[in-house]
Amino acid sequence: MTAGDLAVRVKNVSHQFGEAGEAQHVRALLDTSLDIKRGELLCLIGPSGCGKSTLLNVIGGLMAPTGGAVEVAGKPVRGPLPRDIAFVFQENALFPWNTVVENIRLGMLFQGVPKAEHEPRARKSLEAVGLAEFANHYPGQLSGGMRQRAALARALSLETGILLMDEPFGALDEQTRMILGEDLSVLLARTEKTIIFVTHSLGEAVFLADRVAVFSARPGTVKKIIRVDEPHPRKPEFVTSEKFAALRNELYALLHDEIRKTVSETAARSF
Amino acid sequence: MARRDGQSQNLGSRLVQLGFLAAVLALWYLATNRWGVNRLLLPNPLSVWRQLIDVLRSGEYLPDLRVTLTELAVAFVLAMTSGTVVGFFVSRTRYSIRVFEPLFAGIYSIPIILFLPLYILFFGLGPSSKIALGTTISFFPIVLSTVAGFGNVDRTLVTAARSMGASNYQMFRYVLVPAALPVILTGLRMGFTVALLSIIGSETIASLAGLGHHIVQLAEGMDMPRMFAYIAFVVAIAAILNGAVSFLEARGRRRLG
Repeated sequence: MTAGDLAVRVKNVSHQFGEAGEAQHVRALLDTSLDIKRGELLCLIGPSGCGKSTLLNVIGGLMAPTGGAVEVAGKPVRGPLPRDIAFVFQENALFPWNTVVENIRLGMLFQGVPKAEHEPRARKSLEAVGLAEFANHYPGQLSGGMRQRAALARALSLETGILLMDEPFGALDEQTRMILGEDLSVLLARTEKTIIFVTHSLGEAVFLADRVAVFSARPGTVKKIIRVDEPHPRKPEFVTSEKFAALRNELYALLHDEIRKTVSETAARSF
Repeated sequence: MARRDGQSQNLGSRLVQLGFLAAVLALWYLATNRWGVNRLLLPNPLSVWRQLIDVLRSGEYLPDLRVTLTELAVAFVLAMTSGTVVGFFVSRTRYSIRVFEPLFAGIYSIPIILFLPLYILFFGLGPSSKIALGTTISFFPIVLSTVAGFGNVDRTLVTAARSMGASNYQMFRYVLVPAALPVILTGLRMGFTVALLSIIGSETIASLAGLGHHIVQLAEGMDMPRMFAYIAFVVAIAAILNGAVSFLEARGRRRLG
């Protein structure tokens, strides 16, 4: 693999909140290294509090790590990179006082897209997520699933090479989640974006990812990387295949011990 | 369906409110015409009505109205400007919120009107003392709501805007202000109401002009029907002003969804 194929390089990143000895001191990430290839979809999965979201924020330049460094396209990350990286957050990241299309235009205004391109790009991204008819609705008038589609449309309109998604379907019900996952797979097969996707759901990880990075319990680090060799867009039948079940079981076995560790640590703290 | 229920409920409560007003007027009329309450304590509503018509026709209220409204406008603009600016800067760090918010809340809870004699000593009997007092009193609800508004903006929205490359100005204009405005508008309405109350109130205590001053003069001259007419006039002015401010507040809210 040459350097040109590499979209994101995470080098020995550690992060802690607060200072050692303080009550709020938490070691979230420990010496984590990851290489993410251009055009790949990498899922981060792990027990709660293992630092997956922290790593995502570090990659996106929203948080400076206490140790190590991140490179995007060969350059070190020192702050937000709106031209290279777009985010989709778990929920409620749309501006509630703006309509869907206003939210998308505002994103482009922040990023510095010329005014003339706002309208066509907004329309294109809304069509891509199937929300064209809801352009003039306010976020409060949409269901949770539609709000996340709108947030995805806003991220797509920024036309960045990298998309960071922090449990984007985490607050949705299982069925909405399934449909959004299928649509996302179709959408991504067309765009060639590099995507890092944080999730709690084993099925979601196997269904969407080219590779799944399994995190250990806190302080988190990459325990193992599992490869999912299945072309995009993924068919709904993939979910019922033996290959899917085998990968999901492998993930489950890897995660199970780590989740136990987290639970017993939390229990020990509260007693 | 729910909307119709809401409307009929609204109509019902309006009828009760009107009925209450009518009952008060009827009691007033009966007390003066049938039950022989002293005319000096409580004038006949009909003679008050005639006086009110006379006051409105003659336009003699204009100089006093002008004084009161000017005091109110100057005081409110000063309080609005200083309250929102100070509130914004206080809201910028957790530390300054922790220091100043309880301080402002503490001062807000004491009756500042107690300091009127000091204001009179410093600023004299004219409009300046009313403006200074009105500004002080209305500053606190405005600054408190501004701190609350800007201090409680959803972090996710700020992070999202930052990740998309929003400049400081864009963050202020497109994220912080729309997020904080509903709370600030409530503070402005409260600030306006207390400015009006304190200005008219202090005019009745120590002043040379203004509607409050005129009412006290009539009381001292034992001109009860005309004094009641003036009170009714001031109540109407206050109701109109508060209605206008509430309307502006609702419009500001709607525009921001």
